[in-house]
Amino acid sequence: MGRYVLRRMLQLIPVFIGATFLIYFLVWAVPGDPFTGMCGERPCPPQFVAAMNDKYSLNDNIVIQYVKYMSALLTGDFGQTYSEQSIGELISLAAPVSLRLAVVAVVIEAVIGITAGILTGLRGRGFLDNLVLVSTLFLIAIPTFVTGFVIQIVLGFQLEILTPTVSSKATWSELIIPGFVLGSLSMAYVSRLTRASIAENRRADYMRTALAKGQPKRRIVGVHLLRNSAIPVITFLGTDIGNLMGGAIVTEGIFGIHGVGRLVFDAIIDKQGAIVTGVVVLLVLVFLLVNLFIDLMYAVLDPRIRYD
Amino acid sequence: MTDPTTAAAGAATDQGVSAYVTAPEHQDSGPGKPRSLWSDAWQDLRRRPLFIIAGAVILLLVVIALFPSLFTSADPNHKDLDFSRKPPSGDAWFGYDLQGRDVYARVVYGTRWTLLVGLAASLLTVLIGAFFGILAGYFGGWVDGLLSRIGEIFFGLPFVLGAIVILNLVRNAQIRGALPIVGAVVASIAVLSWPVAMRIMRSAAIAAKQQDYVKAARALGASSSRIIFKHMLPNCLAPVLVYGTIALGAFIGAEATLSFLGIGLRDPAVSWGVMISDARNYVRVAPHMLLFPAGFLTATVLAFVMLGDAVREALDPKLR
Repeated sequence: MGRYVLRRMLQLIPVFIGATFLIYFLVWAVPGDPFTGMCGERPCPPQFVAAMNDKYSLNDNIVIQYVKYMSALLTGDFGQTYSEQSIGELISLAAPVSLRLAVVAVVIEAVIGITAGILTGLRGRGFLDNLVLVSTLFLIAIPTFVTGFVIQIVLGFQLEILTPTVSSKATWSELIIPGFVLGSLSMAYVSRLTRASIAENRRADYMRTALAKGQPKRRIVGVHLLRNSAIPVITFLGTDIGNLMGGAIVTEGIFGIHGVGRLVFDAIIDKQGAIVTGVVVLLVLVFLLVNLFIDLMYAVLDPRIRYD
Repeated sequence: MTDPTTAAAGAATDQGVSAYVTAPEHQDSGPGKPRSLWSDAWQDLRRRPLFIIAGAVILLLVVIALFPSLFTSADPNHKDLDFSRKPPSGDAWFGYDLQGRDVYARVVYGTRWTLLVGLAASLLTVLIGAFFGILAGYFGGWVDGLLSRIGEIFFGLPFVLGAIVILNLVRNAQIRGALPIVGAVVASIAVLSWPVAMRIMRSAAIAAKQQDYVKAARALGASSSRIIFKHMLPNCLAPVLVYGTIALGAFIGAEATLSFLGIGLRDPAVSWGVMISDARNYVRVAPHMLLFPAGFLTATVLAFVMLGDAVREALDPKLR
């Protein structure tokens, strides 16, 4: 087990370096002056450009730039924006909000999706199965921003059940509706995955054995069936946490949430390359670590899988 | 596998075979040669209502995309500020937008851009992914390791974020004209999605490599490229094509999302996503500006997802 973890960790390193270098390259190796239009209507004074080039070491080769940036990052220094705000501080303000939103979304999609998947997977064809199939089709087909707008118009503006935007504190209860919107697409996938996985495992030999041993139904389903059907679902949920952290740009925009997605989108529009690279490095790291954790969970869920 | 003695005996054994094989799935295959996976799937598909509905919707959309003037006589770019944000009426079924343009005409003319992006992105993703996937699966070893690591690098980038960064780069490069803009959006979607297609192709290729027909071809001295393109590719294509069909719907949604964020398509390539983006600030006063393009978008994605579902069920015998 220990050797497997170590090998997986070592495999993560080239992927991490590759992904972050790719983003660094895309953000900074833009042809042309990154400071055009930053000083209003007139061109920037040469001293300013020289100071900026020096600060972000833009005169160096891109690889050297990247190495310098990453070694600063490893000591926890995310650098500063052009207006000398600390990027680490900006991220530490936005990240908890995004994390809360992602957790709410994953919890909602897991609870509703898995429940729907189990019910339809166990019952087989029938009214409920068709209902879930059709509703998941619609959830997949409707883009997130349409769901967001429709819910905001109907619940927020017309029925006035809830406030259409989220306050700057972004408490858990305020995030339920945005979390639902964010998780709606994945909810459909989770329920379909669970349904397919359960329908497949329902006919497995170990199920028949458990039944023949005379075990109670609750134990057969709860212990044998669910545990064996969980792996694809858990894998999907894991990759989804990583995607939702950074993929919430649209949802955060509609509901006015000040999270990571909003921060990075504004940064791209304002050409604040340092913020973009900082956030993306963090997101890639989260994504890779969550995936590693999920891989290790396999052994817990399915004892047939051994790591050696 | 057919028994070699009966296969060699030819047509006369047909009766003999059907005397042994009485399971219902073998009976209706009829005389002549047995059906291939594809014709089998086609027979199955033709009977599915889901496939027929989805196919009809898609056919209609393709006709709209190719000949928009058949469906509206109004000019999508004709502006008349007198009609600004007028709700739907007999003259303009979907109402008018902010600048007094006919929303219905714009939706009809926007179909081609939306479909073009979805189709091209899906095709490019499948091409890149299938190419690298079959190489990784066939050669294994360090080729597989290298390609898989590269795939993981692209897979590790969050989709929306990656697309924004790439498209922002393109926007700074001052690209003009409809087709180059479409090309940029298509390329950014494909660059971020190909690892999924590669994984699917890779696992199919690894499975196919163990099959007897590949071993036989190699024993006969076939070259690697011949084995890959003549023997393995036709047998590995099904899962990737299923992915491609389902992804087509997803990519249309992705284009709309990117356009909605203001970095996807833009004038003169006005897709439904661009229309929704234009309408977002007037949602409360003129919801028709948003709802009609959004409705068309949803129906289109729905049709492609349904088509993908039907094709997958027809091609994957395990689900039957």
